Amino acid sequence: MAYSEKVMEHYTNPRNVGTLNKDNKNVGTGLVGAPECGDVMRLQIEVNDDNVITDAKFKTFGCGSAIASSSLATEWLKGKSIDEALAIDNMDIVEELALPPVKIHCSVLAEDAIKSAINDYRVKNGMEALAMPKSHH
Amino acid sequence: MELPIYLDNNATTPLDPRVLEAMLPYFTSKFGNAASRNHAFGWVAEEGVDYAREQVAKLIGCTEKEIIFTSGATEGDNLAIKGVFEMYADKGNHIITATTEHKAVLDTCKHLEKQGARVTYLKVKEDGLIDLAELEAAMTPETILVSIMYGNNEIGVVQPIKEISAIAHKHGALFFSDATQAVGKIPVDVNTDGIDLMAFTAHKMYGPKGVGALYVRRKNPRVKVTSQMDGGGHERGMRSGTLNVPGIVGLGKACELCRLEMESEAQRLSALRDKLEAALTTMEESYVNGNTQHRLPHVANISFKYVEGEGLMMAMKDLAVSSGSACTSASLEPSYVLKSLGLSDDLAHSSIRFGLGRFTTEAEVDYAIENTKNAVNHLRNLSPLWEMFKEGIDLSKIEWAEH
Repeated sequence: MAYSEKVMEHYTNPRNVGTLNKDNKNVGTGLVGAPECGDVMRLQIEVNDDNVITDAKFKTFGCGSAIASSSLATEWLKGKSIDEALAIDNMDIVEELALPPVKIHCSVLAEDAIKSAINDYRVKNGMEALAMPKSHH
Repeated sequence: MELPIYLDNNATTPLDPRVLEAMLPYFTSKFGNAASRNHAFGWVAEEGVDYAREQVAKLIGCTEKEIIFTSGATEGDNLAIKGVFEMYADKGNHIITATTEHKAVLDTCKHLEKQGARVTYLKVKEDGLIDLAELEAAMTPETILVSIMYGNNEIGVVQPIKEISAIAHKHGALFFSDATQAVGKIPVDVNTDGIDLMAFTAHKMYGPKGVGALYVRRKNPRVKVTSQMDGGGHERGMRSGTLNVPGIVGLGKACELCRLEMESEAQRLSALRDKLEAALTTMEESYVNGNTQHRLPHVANISFKYVEGEGLMMAMKDLAVSSGSACTSASLEPSYVLKSLGLSDDLAHSSIRFGLGRFTTEAEVDYAIENTKNAVNHLRNLSPLWEMFKEGIDLSKIEWAEH
Protein backbone atom coordinates (compact mmCIF):
# COMPACT_ATOMS: atom_id res chain seq x y z
CA MET A 1 0.00 0.00 0.00
CA ALA A 2 1.47 3.31 -1.00
CA TYR A 3 1.06 6.34 1.21
CA SER A 4 -0.49 9.54 -0.05
CA GLU A 5 1.83 12.45 -0.71
CA LYS A 6 0.33 14.36 2.19
CA VAL A 7 0.97 11.53 4.64
CA MET A 8 4.54 11.28 3.39
CA GLU A 9 4.98 15.03 3.72
CA HIS A 10 3.75 15.17 7.33
CA TYR A 11 5.70 12.03 8.19
CA THR A 12 8.94 13.39 6.76
CA ASN A 13 8.50 16.89 8.16
CA PRO A 14 6.23 16.51 11.15
CA ARG A 15 4.88 19.82 12.49
CA ASN A 16 4.89 20.76 16.16
CA VAL A 17 6.76 17.80 17.60
CA GLY A 18 7.47 18.36 21.25
CA THR A 19 6.31 18.72 24.80
CA LEU A 20 4.48 21.45 26.71
CA ASN A 21 4.65 21.61 30.49
CA LYS A 22 1.74 19.44 31.49
CA ASP A 23 1.68 20.98 34.97
CA ASN A 24 0.79 24.44 33.62
CA LYS A 25 -2.84 25.32 34.22
CA ASN A 26 -3.31 26.57 30.66
CA VAL A 27 -1.99 23.35 29.11
CA GLY A 28 -4.28 20.43 28.31
CA THR A 29 -2.77 16.99 27.64
CA GLY A 30 -4.42 14.07 25.87
CA LEU A 31 -2.75 10.65 25.91
CA VAL A 32 -4.70 8.09 23.91
CA GLY A 33 -4.13 4.64 22.46
CA ALA A 34 -2.07 1.83 23.93
CA PRO A 35 1.37 0.39 23.19
CA GLU A 36 -0.13 -3.10 22.73
CA CYS A 37 -2.31 -1.76 19.93
CA GLY A 38 0.66 -0.25 18.15
CA ASP A 39 -0.34 3.38 18.49
CA VAL A 40 -0.12 5.96 21.26
CA MET A 41 -0.68 9.68 20.70
CA ARG A 42 0.10 12.46 23.09
CA LEU A 43 -1.38 15.78 22.03
CA GLN A 44 -1.05 18.97 24.06
CA ILE A 45 -2.69 22.37 23.71
CA GLU A 46 -1.91 25.71 25.30
CA VAL A 47 -4.97 27.92 25.73
CA ASN A 48 -5.12 31.68 26.40
CA ASP A 49 -7.68 33.64 28.44
CA ASP A 50 -9.93 34.04 25.38
CA ASN A 51 -10.24 30.26 25.00
CA VAL A 52 -8.04 30.30 21.92
CA ILE A 53 -5.43 27.59 21.35
CA THR A 54 -2.12 29.41 21.03
CA ASP A 55 0.15 26.40 20.78
CA ALA A 56 -0.12 22.68 20.13
CA LYS A 57 2.46 19.89 20.34
CA PHE A 58 2.43 16.16 19.75
CA LYS A 59 4.42 12.98 20.04
CA THR A 60 3.17 9.75 18.51
CA PHE A 61 4.19 6.11 18.63
CA GLY A 62 2.62 4.52 15.60
CA CYS A 63 2.59 4.04 11.86
CA GLY A 64 3.09 6.80 9.33
CA SER A 65 -0.61 7.55 9.11
CA ALA A 66 -0.87 7.95 12.89
CA ILE A 67 2.10 10.33 12.90
CA ALA A 68 0.67 12.32 9.99
CA SER A 69 -2.80 12.47 11.58
CA SER A 70 -1.46 13.93 14.81
CA SER A 71 0.89 16.31 13.00
CA LEU A 72 -2.04 17.61 10.93
CA ALA A 73 -4.21 17.90 14.05
CA THR A 74 -1.69 20.19 15.78
CA GLU A 75 -1.46 22.30 12.66
CA TRP A 76 -5.23 22.73 12.58
CA LEU A 77 -5.56 23.38 16.30
CA LYS A 78 -3.32 26.42 16.47
CA GLY A 79 -5.38 29.60 16.44
CA LYS A 80 -8.69 27.81 16.85
CA SER A 81 -11.06 28.41 19.74
CA ILE A 82 -11.88 25.45 21.96
CA ASP A 83 -15.33 25.21 20.38
CA GLU A 84 -13.87 25.19 16.89
CA ALA A 85 -11.38 22.55 17.94
CA LEU A 86 -14.18 20.35 19.26
CA ALA A 87 -15.81 20.49 15.84
CA ILE A 88 -12.84 18.74 14.16
CA ASP A 89 -14.09 15.39 12.95
CA ASN A 90 -11.91 12.40 12.20
CA MET A 91 -13.34 12.28 8.68
CA ASP A 92 -11.86 15.74 8.02
CA ILE A 93 -8.45 14.20 8.70
CA VAL A 94 -9.22 11.15 6.54
CA GLU A 95 -10.12 13.45 3.67
CA GLU A 96 -7.18 15.79 4.02
CA LEU A 97 -4.62 12.96 4.21
CA ALA A 98 -6.46 10.61 1.80
CA LEU A 99 -6.23 7.79 4.36
CA PRO A 100 -7.30 4.35 3.13
CA PRO A 101 -10.04 2.50 5.09
CA VAL A 102 -7.51 0.38 7.00
CA LYS A 103 -5.97 3.58 8.43
CA ILE A 104 -9.18 5.32 9.52
CA HIS A 105 -8.48 4.30 13.11
CA CYS A 106 -5.46 6.63 13.06
CA SER A 107 -7.76 9.61 12.41
CA VAL A 108 -10.16 8.43 15.13
CA LEU A 109 -7.28 8.33 17.54
CA ALA A 110 -6.31 11.90 16.58
CA GLU A 111 -9.87 13.10 17.21
CA ASP A 112 -9.85 11.30 20.56
CA ALA A 113 -6.53 12.97 21.41
CA ILE A 114 -7.93 16.45 20.66
CA LYS A 115 -11.00 15.86 22.82
CA SER A 116 -8.97 14.29 25.57
CA ALA A 117 -6.58 17.29 25.66
CA ILE A 118 -9.53 19.71 25.78
CA ASN A 119 -11.08 17.74 28.63
CA ASP A 120 -7.85 17.80 30.57
CA TYR A 121 -7.74 21.57 30.13
CA ARG A 122 -11.40 21.93 31.17
CA VAL A 123 -11.05 19.84 34.31
CA LYS A 124 -7.90 21.72 35.31
CA ASN A 125 -9.80 24.97 35.02
CA GLY A 126 -12.86 23.93 37.00
CA MET A 127 -15.13 22.93 34.12
CA GLU A 128 -16.73 19.54 33.83
CA ALA A 129 -15.37 17.02 31.35
CA LEU A 130 -17.26 16.52 28.10
CA ALA A 131 -18.44 13.05 27.18
CA MET A 132 -15.78 11.38 25.04
CA PRO A 133 -16.86 9.99 21.70
CA LYS A 134 -16.83 6.23 21.72
CA SER A 135 -13.66 5.07 20.09
CA HIS A 136 -14.35 3.38 16.77
CA HIS A 137 -11.76 0.67 17.32
CA MET B 1 24.96 0.57 -5.07
CA GLU B 2 21.39 0.73 -6.27
CA LEU B 3 18.51 1.84 -4.07
CA PRO B 4 16.23 0.57 -2.65
CA ILE B 5 18.12 -2.35 -1.14
CA TYR B 6 16.32 -5.69 -1.02
CA LEU B 7 16.56 -7.24 2.46
CA ASP B 8 13.40 -9.32 2.43
CA ASN B 9 14.81 -12.61 1.15
CA ASN B 10 12.56 -14.64 3.47
CA ALA B 11 9.56 -13.35 1.55
CA THR B 12 11.05 -14.23 -1.80
CA THR B 13 14.41 -14.19 -3.57
CA PRO B 14 15.37 -12.82 -6.96
CA LEU B 15 15.85 -15.38 -9.70
CA ASP B 16 19.51 -16.23 -10.22
CA PRO B 17 20.45 -15.39 -13.84
CA ARG B 18 21.98 -18.88 -14.17
CA VAL B 19 18.59 -20.35 -13.26
CA LEU B 20 16.85 -18.18 -15.83
CA GLU B 21 19.30 -19.29 -18.48
CA ALA B 22 18.56 -22.95 -17.73
CA MET B 23 14.81 -22.32 -17.94
CA LEU B 24 14.56 -20.28 -21.12
CA PRO B 25 14.72 -23.07 -23.75
CA TYR B 26 11.82 -24.80 -22.01
CA PHE B 27 9.52 -21.88 -22.76
CA THR B 28 10.26 -21.90 -26.49
CA SER B 29 12.02 -24.69 -28.39
CA LYS B 30 11.62 -27.33 -25.66
CA PHE B 31 7.99 -26.51 -24.89
CA GLY B 32 6.66 -30.07 -24.97
CA ASN B 33 4.38 -31.74 -22.46
CA ALA B 34 6.52 -34.04 -20.32
CA ALA B 35 3.69 -36.58 -20.39
CA SER B 36 3.66 -36.83 -24.20
CA ARG B 37 5.19 -40.24 -24.79
CA ASN B 38 4.95 -40.40 -28.55
CA HIS B 39 7.21 -37.71 -29.89
CA ALA B 40 10.50 -35.94 -29.37
CA PHE B 41 8.92 -32.81 -27.92
CA GLY B 42 7.58 -34.83 -25.02
CA TRP B 43 10.82 -36.77 -24.56
CA VAL B 44 12.91 -33.61 -24.45
CA ALA B 45 10.64 -32.06 -21.84
CA GLU B 46 10.68 -35.27 -19.83
CA GLU B 47 14.46 -35.34 -19.93
CA GLY B 48 14.51 -31.83 -18.49
CA VAL B 49 12.18 -32.88 -15.70
CA ASP B 50 14.16 -36.05 -14.95
CA TYR B 51 17.39 -34.12 -14.72
CA ALA B 52 15.78 -31.57 -12.41
CA ARG B 53 14.46 -34.38 -10.24
CA GLU B 54 18.02 -35.62 -9.80
CA GLN B 55 19.27 -32.14 -8.94
CA VAL B 56 16.55 -31.70 -6.32
CA ALA B 57 17.06 -35.18 -4.86
CA LYS B 58 20.80 -34.64 -4.55
CA LEU B 59 20.33 -31.49 -2.49
CA ILE B 60 18.27 -33.23 0.19
CA GLY B 61 19.85 -36.69 0.01
CA CYS B 62 16.93 -38.71 -1.36
CA THR B 63 16.17 -40.63 -4.55
CA GLU B 64 14.51 -39.08 -7.63
CA LYS B 65 11.41 -41.19 -7.14
CA GLU B 66 10.76 -39.54 -3.81
CA ILE B 67 10.27 -36.07 -5.32
CA ILE B 68 6.75 -34.86 -6.16
CA PHE B 69 6.69 -31.55 -8.00
CA THR B 70 4.13 -29.06 -6.74
CA SER B 71 3.19 -25.43 -7.25
CA GLY B 72 5.05 -24.41 -4.09
CA ALA B 73 5.33 -24.96 -0.37
CA THR B 74 1.70 -24.12 0.41
CA GLU B 75 0.58 -26.92 -1.87
CA GLY B 76 3.25 -29.20 -0.43
CA ASP B 77 2.05 -28.49 3.12
CA ASN B 78 -1.57 -29.16 2.14
CA LEU B 79 -0.76 -32.33 0.23
CA ALA B 80 1.43 -33.76 2.99
CA ILE B 81 -0.85 -33.04 5.93
CA LYS B 82 -4.22 -33.69 4.31
CA GLY B 83 -2.78 -36.59 2.34
CA VAL B 84 -1.41 -38.30 5.46
CA PHE B 85 -4.57 -37.60 7.44
CA GLU B 86 -6.70 -39.30 4.80
CA MET B 87 -4.29 -42.13 4.01
CA TYR B 88 -3.70 -43.10 7.64
CA ALA B 89 -7.24 -42.54 8.94
CA ASP B 90 -7.38 -46.19 10.07
CA LYS B 91 -4.44 -45.65 12.37
CA GLY B 92 -5.54 -42.48 14.12
CA ASN B 93 -6.62 -38.89 13.83
CA HIS B 94 -4.12 -37.01 15.97
CA ILE B 95 -1.69 -34.46 14.53
CA ILE B 96 0.93 -32.51 16.47
CA THR B 97 2.24 -29.18 15.24
CA ALA B 98 3.46 -25.91 16.78
CA THR B 99 2.02 -22.42 17.17
CA THR B 100 4.85 -20.80 15.20
CA GLU B 101 4.26 -22.79 12.02
CA HIS B 102 3.44 -21.07 8.74
CA LYS B 103 -0.24 -20.39 8.07
CA ALA B 104 -0.17 -22.99 5.29
CA VAL B 105 0.36 -25.61 8.01
CA LEU B 106 -1.81 -24.06 10.73
CA ASP B 107 -4.79 -23.38 8.47
CA THR B 108 -4.54 -26.85 6.95
CA CYS B 109 -4.66 -28.30 10.47
CA LYS B 110 -7.65 -26.10 11.33
CA HIS B 111 -9.38 -27.34 8.19
CA LEU B 112 -8.77 -30.94 9.24
CA GLU B 113 -10.12 -30.28 12.73
CA LYS B 114 -13.48 -29.66 11.08
CA GLN B 115 -13.14 -33.09 9.46
CA GLY B 116 -12.51 -34.92 12.70
CA ALA B 117 -8.80 -34.44 13.29
CA ARG B 118 -7.53 -33.76 16.78
CA VAL B 119 -4.64 -31.31 16.63
CA THR B 120 -2.17 -30.40 19.36
CA TYR B 121 -0.50 -27.01 18.88
CA LEU B 122 2.74 -27.06 20.86
CA LYS B 123 3.84 -23.79 22.39
CA VAL B 124 7.42 -22.73 21.86
CA LYS B 125 9.96 -21.60 24.40
CA GLU B 126 11.09 -17.99 24.66
CA ASP B 127 13.78 -18.64 22.07
CA GLY B 128 11.29 -20.02 19.54
CA LEU B 129 12.29 -23.69 19.86
CA ILE B 130 9.79 -26.37 20.84
CA ASP B 131 10.16 -28.23 24.10
CA LEU B 132 11.00 -31.85 23.29
CA ALA B 133 9.54 -33.06 26.59
CA GLU B 134 6.23 -31.44 25.66
CA LEU B 135 6.30 -33.15 22.28
CA GLU B 136 7.00 -36.48 23.93
CA ALA B 137 4.13 -35.92 26.36
CA ALA B 138 1.74 -35.03 23.56
CA MET B 139 2.33 -38.26 21.61
CA THR B 140 -0.51 -40.78 21.77
CA PRO B 141 -1.21 -44.12 20.04
CA GLU B 142 -3.57 -42.15 17.73
CA THR B 143 -0.84 -39.72 16.67
CA ILE B 144 -0.27 -40.20 12.95
CA LEU B 145 1.74 -37.10 12.11
CA VAL B 146 4.13 -34.64 13.69
CA SER B 147 4.47 -31.48 11.60
CA ILE B 148 7.26 -29.13 12.65
CA MET B 149 8.95 -26.61 10.39
CA TYR B 150 12.69 -26.75 9.80
CA GLY B 151 13.57 -23.03 10.01
CA ASN B 152 11.15 -20.30 10.97
CA ASN B 153 10.28 -17.68 8.39
CA GLU B 154 10.05 -14.75 10.80
CA ILE B 155 12.86 -15.33 13.26
CA GLY B 156 14.98 -17.94 11.50
CA VAL B 157 15.30 -20.37 14.41
CA VAL B 158 16.09 -23.96 13.39
CA GLN B 159 14.19 -26.65 15.31
CA PRO B 160 15.97 -29.78 16.65
CA ILE B 161 14.78 -31.83 13.69
CA LYS B 162 16.67 -35.08 14.43
CA GLU B 163 15.36 -35.21 17.98
CA ILE B 164 11.82 -34.41 16.86
CA SER B 165 11.78 -37.12 14.20
CA ALA B 166 13.18 -39.64 16.67
CA ILE B 167 10.34 -38.94 19.09
CA ALA B 168 7.73 -39.16 16.32
CA HIS B 169 9.12 -42.47 15.09
CA LYS B 170 9.41 -43.94 18.57
CA HIS B 171 5.65 -43.55 18.86
CA GLY B 172 4.91 -44.81 15.37
CA ALA B 173 4.03 -41.47 13.82
CA LEU B 174 5.30 -39.93 10.60
CA PHE B 175 7.33 -36.75 10.61
CA PHE B 176 6.64 -33.93 8.15
CA SER B 177 8.68 -30.75 7.94
CA ASP B 178 7.92 -27.52 6.11
CA ALA B 179 11.50 -26.75 5.15
CA THR B 180 10.77 -23.78 2.91
CA GLN B 181 13.28 -21.48 4.61
CA ALA B 182 15.95 -24.09 5.28
CA VAL B 183 16.43 -26.09 2.08
CA GLY B 184 19.25 -24.59 0.07
CA LYS B 185 20.41 -22.46 3.00
CA ILE B 186 21.71 -25.06 5.46
CA PRO B 187 22.49 -28.78 5.02
CA VAL B 188 19.23 -30.75 5.00
CA ASP B 189 19.42 -34.53 4.59
CA VAL B 190 16.16 -36.41 4.87
CA ASN B 191 17.89 -39.59 5.99
CA THR B 192 20.16 -38.25 8.70
CA ASP B 193 17.31 -35.93 9.79
CA GLY B 194 14.74 -38.73 9.83
CA ILE B 195 12.22 -36.84 7.72
CA ASP B 196 9.33 -38.72 6.12
CA LEU B 197 7.77 -35.86 4.20
CA MET B 198 9.16 -32.41 3.47
CA ALA B 199 7.84 -29.42 1.54
CA PHE B 200 9.89 -26.63 -0.01
CA THR B 201 9.73 -24.13 -2.83
CA ALA B 202 11.95 -22.69 -5.57
CA HIS B 203 11.38 -18.97 -5.05
CA LYS B 204 13.03 -18.91 -1.63
CA MET B 205 16.28 -20.22 -3.13
CA TYR B 206 16.74 -18.04 -6.20
CA GLY B 207 14.42 -20.11 -8.39
CA PRO B 208 11.12 -19.13 -9.99
CA LYS B 209 7.78 -18.64 -8.23
CA GLY B 210 4.99 -21.17 -8.70
CA VAL B 211 7.02 -24.36 -8.37
CA GLY B 212 8.13 -26.45 -5.42
CA ALA B 213 8.56 -30.03 -4.33
CA LEU B 214 7.27 -32.43 -1.75
CA TYR B 215 9.58 -35.19 -0.62
CA VAL B 216 7.70 -38.40 0.17
CA ARG B 217 9.74 -41.25 1.66
CA ARG B 218 9.62 -44.55 -0.23
CA LYS B 219 11.61 -46.80 2.08
CA ASN B 220 11.66 -47.36 5.86
CA PRO B 221 8.78 -46.72 5.87
CA ARG B 222 7.10 -46.39 2.50
CA VAL B 223 4.90 -43.33 2.92
CA LYS B 224 1.79 -42.63 0.90
CA VAL B 225 -0.47 -39.63 0.64
CA THR B 226 -3.88 -39.38 -0.98
CA SER B 227 -3.90 -36.93 -3.87
CA GLN B 228 -5.66 -33.64 -3.31
CA MET B 229 -6.34 -32.97 -6.98
CA ASP B 230 -7.94 -35.42 -9.34
CA GLY B 231 -6.72 -35.73 -12.89
CA GLY B 232 -4.19 -37.44 -15.09
CA GLY B 233 -2.32 -39.25 -12.34
CA HIS B 234 0.97 -37.39 -12.75
CA GLU B 235 3.71 -37.64 -10.14
CA ARG B 236 2.96 -41.28 -9.29
CA GLY B 237 -0.69 -40.43 -8.79
CA MET B 238 -0.04 -38.06 -5.93
CA ARG B 239 -0.24 -34.79 -7.84
CA SER B 240 -2.15 -34.56 -11.08
CA GLY B 241 -1.64 -31.69 -13.47
CA THR B 242 0.61 -31.04 -16.46
CA LEU B 243 4.12 -30.54 -15.19
CA ASN B 244 5.42 -26.97 -15.12
CA VAL B 245 8.50 -27.93 -17.10
CA PRO B 246 10.35 -24.57 -17.18
CA GLY B 247 9.60 -24.07 -13.49
CA ILE B 248 10.78 -27.56 -12.60
CA VAL B 249 13.97 -27.09 -14.62
CA GLY B 250 14.47 -23.81 -12.71
CA LEU B 251 13.92 -25.50 -9.36
CA GLY B 252 16.46 -28.15 -10.31
CA LYS B 253 19.08 -25.60 -11.31
CA ALA B 254 18.39 -23.55 -8.16
CA CYS B 255 18.91 -26.66 -6.01
CA GLU B 256 22.17 -27.47 -7.77
CA LEU B 257 23.55 -23.96 -7.25
CA CYS B 258 22.54 -23.99 -3.60
CA ARG B 259 24.20 -27.36 -3.07
CA LEU B 260 27.47 -26.24 -4.66
CA GLU B 261 27.61 -22.81 -3.01
CA MET B 262 25.93 -23.44 0.33
CA GLU B 263 28.98 -23.79 2.51
CA SER B 264 30.74 -20.58 1.50
CA GLU B 265 27.47 -18.70 1.12
CA ALA B 266 26.25 -19.60 4.61
CA GLN B 267 29.54 -18.37 6.05
CA ARG B 268 29.40 -15.12 4.12
CA LEU B 269 25.78 -14.46 5.05
CA SER B 270 26.14 -15.25 8.73
CA ALA B 271 29.13 -12.88 8.92
CA LEU B 272 27.06 -10.11 7.32
CA ARG B 273 24.09 -10.91 9.54
CA ASP B 274 26.28 -10.82 12.65
CA LYS B 275 27.70 -7.48 11.59
CA LEU B 276 24.22 -6.04 11.09
CA GLU B 277 22.96 -7.40 14.39
CA ALA B 278 26.00 -6.29 16.38
CA ALA B 279 25.76 -2.75 15.01
CA LEU B 280 22.02 -2.38 15.57
CA THR B 281 21.97 -3.84 19.05
CA THR B 282 24.48 -1.22 20.20
CA MET B 283 21.42 1.04 20.19
CA GLU B 284 19.63 1.28 23.52
CA GLU B 285 16.57 -0.94 24.01
CA SER B 286 17.02 -3.08 20.92
CA TYR B 287 16.66 -6.82 21.17
CA VAL B 288 17.28 -9.81 18.90
CA ASN B 289 14.25 -12.11 18.75
CA GLY B 290 14.67 -15.89 18.80
CA ASN B 291 17.48 -18.30 19.56
CA THR B 292 20.81 -16.98 18.31
CA GLN B 293 22.64 -20.35 18.24
CA HIS B 294 20.27 -22.58 16.32
CA ARG B 295 19.21 -20.52 13.38
CA LEU B 296 19.43 -19.83 9.66
CA PRO B 297 22.47 -17.83 8.57
CA HIS B 298 20.65 -15.01 6.80
CA VAL B 299 17.87 -13.77 9.07
CA ALA B 300 17.91 -11.15 11.82
CA ASN B 301 14.74 -10.17 13.65
CA ILE B 302 15.23 -7.18 15.92
CA SER B 303 12.79 -5.21 18.09
CA PHE B 304 13.47 -1.51 18.56
CA LYS B 305 11.50 -0.68 21.67
CA TYR B 306 9.28 2.43 21.72
CA VAL B 307 9.00 2.74 17.96
CA GLU B 308 6.35 1.10 15.82
CA GLY B 309 7.44 -1.20 13.00
CA GLU B 310 5.44 0.21 10.13
CA GLY B 311 6.34 3.78 11.00
CA LEU B 312 9.93 2.62 11.18
CA MET B 313 9.84 0.94 7.78
CA MET B 314 8.52 4.19 6.32
CA ALA B 315 11.63 5.95 7.58
CA MET B 316 13.82 3.14 6.24
CA LYS B 317 12.55 3.99 2.81
CA ASP B 318 15.63 2.79 0.95
CA LEU B 319 15.39 -0.65 2.56
CA ALA B 320 12.91 -3.38 1.69
CA VAL B 321 12.37 -5.23 4.98
CA SER B 322 9.32 -6.53 6.83
CA SER B 323 7.83 -6.04 10.27
CA GLY B 324 5.83 -7.99 12.82
CA SER B 325 3.79 -4.86 13.32
CA ALA B 326 0.02 -5.10 13.21
CA CYS B 327 -0.17 -2.07 11.01
CA THR B 328 1.17 -4.09 8.10
CA SER B 329 -2.01 -6.13 8.19
CA ALA B 330 -5.67 -5.20 8.42
CA SER B 331 -6.14 -7.17 11.62
CA LEU B 332 -4.40 -4.84 14.12
CA GLU B 333 -2.91 -8.02 15.61
CA PRO B 334 0.88 -8.15 15.69
CA SER B 335 2.85 -11.20 14.54
CA TYR B 336 1.55 -14.43 16.08
CA VAL B 337 5.04 -15.90 15.83
CA LEU B 338 6.59 -13.18 17.98
CA LYS B 339 3.68 -13.37 20.41
CA SER B 340 4.28 -17.13 20.67
CA LEU B 341 7.76 -16.36 22.01
CA GLY B 342 6.06 -14.50 24.84
CA LEU B 343 7.00 -11.10 23.43
CA SER B 344 4.73 -8.34 24.67
CA ASP B 345 2.53 -6.79 22.00
CA ASP B 346 4.48 -3.56 22.01
CA LEU B 347 7.77 -5.35 21.32
CA ALA B 348 6.12 -7.37 18.57
CA HIS B 349 4.88 -4.12 17.03
CA SER B 350 8.45 -2.82 17.15
CA SER B 351 10.12 -5.64 15.24
CA ILE B 352 11.91 -5.56 11.92
CA ARG B 353 12.99 -8.64 9.96
CA PHE B 354 16.13 -8.32 7.86
CA GLY B 355 16.48 -11.16 5.34
CA LEU B 356 19.86 -11.23 3.62
CA GLY B 357 20.47 -13.12 0.42
CA ARG B 358 22.86 -14.27 -2.30
CA PHE B 359 23.01 -10.82 -3.86
CA THR B 360 23.37 -8.83 -0.65
CA THR B 361 26.72 -7.01 -0.46
CA GLU B 362 28.65 -5.74 2.52
CA ALA B 363 28.21 -2.17 1.27
CA GLU B 364 24.46 -2.71 1.33
CA VAL B 365 24.59 -4.01 4.89
CA ASP B 366 26.65 -0.98 5.95
CA TYR B 367 24.09 1.29 4.33
CA ALA B 368 21.26 -0.61 6.03
CA ILE B 369 22.90 -0.16 9.43
CA GLU B 370 23.15 3.63 9.04
CA ASN B 371 19.68 3.94 7.53
CA THR B 372 18.09 1.89 10.31
CA LYS B 373 19.88 3.74 13.10
CA ASN B 374 18.78 7.10 11.69
CA ALA B 375 15.21 5.89 11.30
CA VAL B 376 15.05 4.57 14.86
CA ASN B 377 16.45 7.83 16.22
CA HIS B 378 14.04 9.90 14.12
CA LEU B 379 11.05 7.96 15.39
CA ARG B 380 12.18 7.86 18.98
CA ASN B 381 12.32 11.66 18.90
CA LEU B 382 8.65 11.53 17.90
CA SER B 383 7.68 8.84 20.40
CA PRO B 384 5.88 9.74 23.63
CA LEU B 385 6.82 6.30 24.97
CA TRP B 386 10.52 6.93 24.45
CA GLU B 387 10.18 10.26 26.28
CA MET B 388 8.41 8.56 29.19
CA PHE B 389 11.02 5.81 29.27
CA LYS B 390 13.76 8.42 29.39
CA GLU B 391 11.97 10.16 32.27
CA GLY B 392 11.93 6.89 34.15
CA ILE B 393 8.16 6.40 33.94
CA ASP B 394 7.07 2.76 34.18
CA LEU B 395 4.87 2.30 31.10
CA SER B 396 3.27 -0.82 32.50
CA LYS B 397 1.81 1.26 35.35
CA ILE B 398 -0.09 3.60 33.04
CA GLU B 399 -3.75 2.90 32.47
CA TRP B 400 -3.93 2.90 28.69
CA ALA B 401 -7.26 3.65 27.08
CA GLU B 402 -8.72 0.48 25.63
CA HIS B 403 -9.25 0.58 21.93
